[in-house]
Amino acid sequence: MSARDTILQRLFDGRTEALGETQAQVPASQFHVLAQVKMSLPARLQAFQQAMAKVEGEVIVLTRAQWPQKMAAWLADHTQAQRILVPPAHHVLGQALAPLWQGQWGHTWQVRTYDAPIETWQAELFNEVDLAITSTRAGIAQTGSLVLWPTPEEPRLMSLVPPIHVAILDSQRLYNTFYEVLQVEAWAQQGMPTNALLISGPSKTADIEQTLAYGVHGPKRLIVFVLVDEEMAEVCDAP
Amino acid sequence: MTLKTDHLAGGQFYIRVQDALANAPIRANFRKAMDGLMHKRATALEDTQERESLRELAANVRLRALARLPELLIQLEKKCQSQGIQVHWAQDAQQACEQVLAICQQRQARTVIKGKSMVSEEMELNHFLAEAGIEALESDLGEYIVQLAQETPSHIIMPAIHKNTQQISQLMHEKTGTQLSHDVAYLTECARQQLRERFQQADIGLSGVNFAVAETGTLCLVENEGNGRLTTSVPSCHIAVMGIEKVVEHLEDVTPLLSLLTRSATGQAITTYFNMISRPRQPDEKDGPEVVHLILVDNGRAHLYQDPELRDTLRCIRCGACMNHCPVYTRIGGHAYGTTYPGPIGKILMPHLTGFANNAALPSASTLCGACAEVCPVKIPIPDILVRLRREAVNGDQINPSVMAEKGFKRTWKEALAWQLWAYLAQRPRLYQIATKIARLGHYWMPQSLGAWTQVRTAPRPAAKSLSQLRRDAEKSL
Repeated sequence: MSARDTILQRLFDGRTEALGETQAQVPASQFHVLAQVKMSLPARLQAFQQAMAKVEGEVIVLTRAQWPQKMAAWLADHTQAQRILVPPAHHVLGQALAPLWQGQWGHTWQVRTYDAPIETWQAELFNEVDLAITSTRAGIAQTGSLVLWPTPEEPRLMSLVPPIHVAILDSQRLYNTFYEVLQVEAWAQQGMPTNALLISGPSKTADIEQTLAYGVHGPKRLIVFVLVDEEMAEVCDAP
Repeated sequence: MTLKTDHLAGGQFYIRVQDALANAPIRANFRKAMDGLMHKRATALEDTQERESLRELAANVRLRALARLPELLIQLEKKCQSQGIQVHWAQDAQQACEQVLAICQQRQARTVIKGKSMVSEEMELNHFLAEAGIEALESDLGEYIVQLAQETPSHIIMPAIHKNTQQISQLMHEKTGTQLSHDVAYLTECARQQLRERFQQADIGLSGVNFAVAETGTLCLVENEGNGRLTTSVPSCHIAVMGIEKVVEHLEDVTPLLSLLTRSATGQAITTYFNMISRPRQPDEKDGPEVVHLILVDNGRAHLYQDPELRDTLRCIRCGACMNHCPVYTRIGGHAYGTTYPGPIGKILMPHLTGFANNAALPSASTLCGACAEVCPVKIPIPDILVRLRREAVNGDQINPSVMAEKGFKRTWKEALAWQLWAYLAQRPRLYQIATKIARLGHYWMPQSLGAWTQVRTAPRPAAKSLSQLRRDAEKSL
């Protein structure tokens, strides 16, 4: 008998005697404690910012009007990045950032896209790219998390290898909990992507005497630009 | 005073305990770390109503998964295979090691980079691969430190918790040539640089699995450093090893488990990364492994599963809260146990993994204070299971034999004889009365010292009057 059959046989056998008492007696799960978390948008934004701040994630709230320029200006002021990785022009975010390519905003960044399989430019990605800008699928207020589903335009290593990860989050996609994301977006029903991620801050470790240190294997900084409508701007003190 | 422990049949364990108790730095490192972790958990779960509702839900999710374990494993296998993940089954650690080696050989791999995996520790995989000429390099910072020191993890979440910064600085200086510095940021940056190269060169990435979702065929990994993501994204082949109990039924089932896992372990609302993998790299994708293997490791679990009470052991989600709150663990540290999993969960799990007699001392090395059960996110009744294992160690019941392997290994011929004698007398009232009379008369000649028992207790004495005598007296006085 194969290992598989032996293991399964043992499990089935082990259960027959106890079948009545365990299987029948495990009631359906009540997710109320997670489902009941409901906050208004300003409260969600505040919770998201607080949770991110706890783990040194940087959150900048921007109104939608001309946000790419504002973001670029902020990055120029607050980072030393020179070589930048962005999604390609046929991607929504890539399109919004297209003026960066053409140097229209007066920056001298070297901009490139993740346009080839990693094998062909691994050393460059690991050693030369300073910063990558990606979109996000959603945000989670309760834990200060970003939800990413990497795609051919924004592959997995984009949010992992460069020392600075810049993520764009639309406030309208800011959920209360991970549970709510799974329910509303029906992940299980629509099928999972190759890789799905929750990212909650820059890479960190406390393995040396419980002393927190950031940037151990992944990004040293995580900068989140949250886009809000004009009417939200006053509540959130957005530039 | 030195306690007599020969009778506990855990010789090596007690020698290690004596050493650990005499090692002041080890005790200080653990005391400091455990105090910090207990405080962090308490802060992260201060809303007691939410905490208890979540624990109730998490325990329910795990119970439901275990009740359907064989069906869920079959569903997981089918779903994974349909998405291009190759599934293997291993009955024990040796078989699991051989399967990893076979994949390495098939791919002509020389180096394996590892994310944190307790099952791979259970398999002693690094050692096995080294003997076959394949280098396995740990990439979790704590595991990396432990590997540099040629030690094993002393905690399931914080492998290098037994070392302080000074010791780690010295170790990294000796093994990797870094400066002697107590600056944790510097030491961390050095490890980052040393390992970045290795990620790029590694032929295979090997990781554990925190939860596997049967309905979607998804492998979930919980981590802070990003080494888990690099391990599962950079090399062209990813091997995931998991204990067969890690499966859950639905995707939503992971939400309470994730929330309690990180908060119970380190007091974090969530870890930096929650990584969900459902298939290998697709033709249009530009990174990620081309091949993903999943190895389902039994190693004693299916046997343990056959007993409804012991089965609760398999609910565990490996948060480590039981060890963080254990007065014994805090004083002796993780290495004194001499096991892959230390602390309370180790005491109830290891007898099934590496033999009951091999772990003879573990069920007894507890005060049954109950702290572990009180903090367990999935409500495993650890003290009850410890008591059950103590009973199993001397179990001589042949009428209703338990499924526990090596049951009764501590039962001596004297004990068996004593019970046989009692059974014989109990069936013969006249003889029984005579025997109790003799015992009462022998009252004054009872020895004061009864070996280990009387080291911390007074010797029991037969009462001056038997129960039936007392009854007769009471009837007379009416």
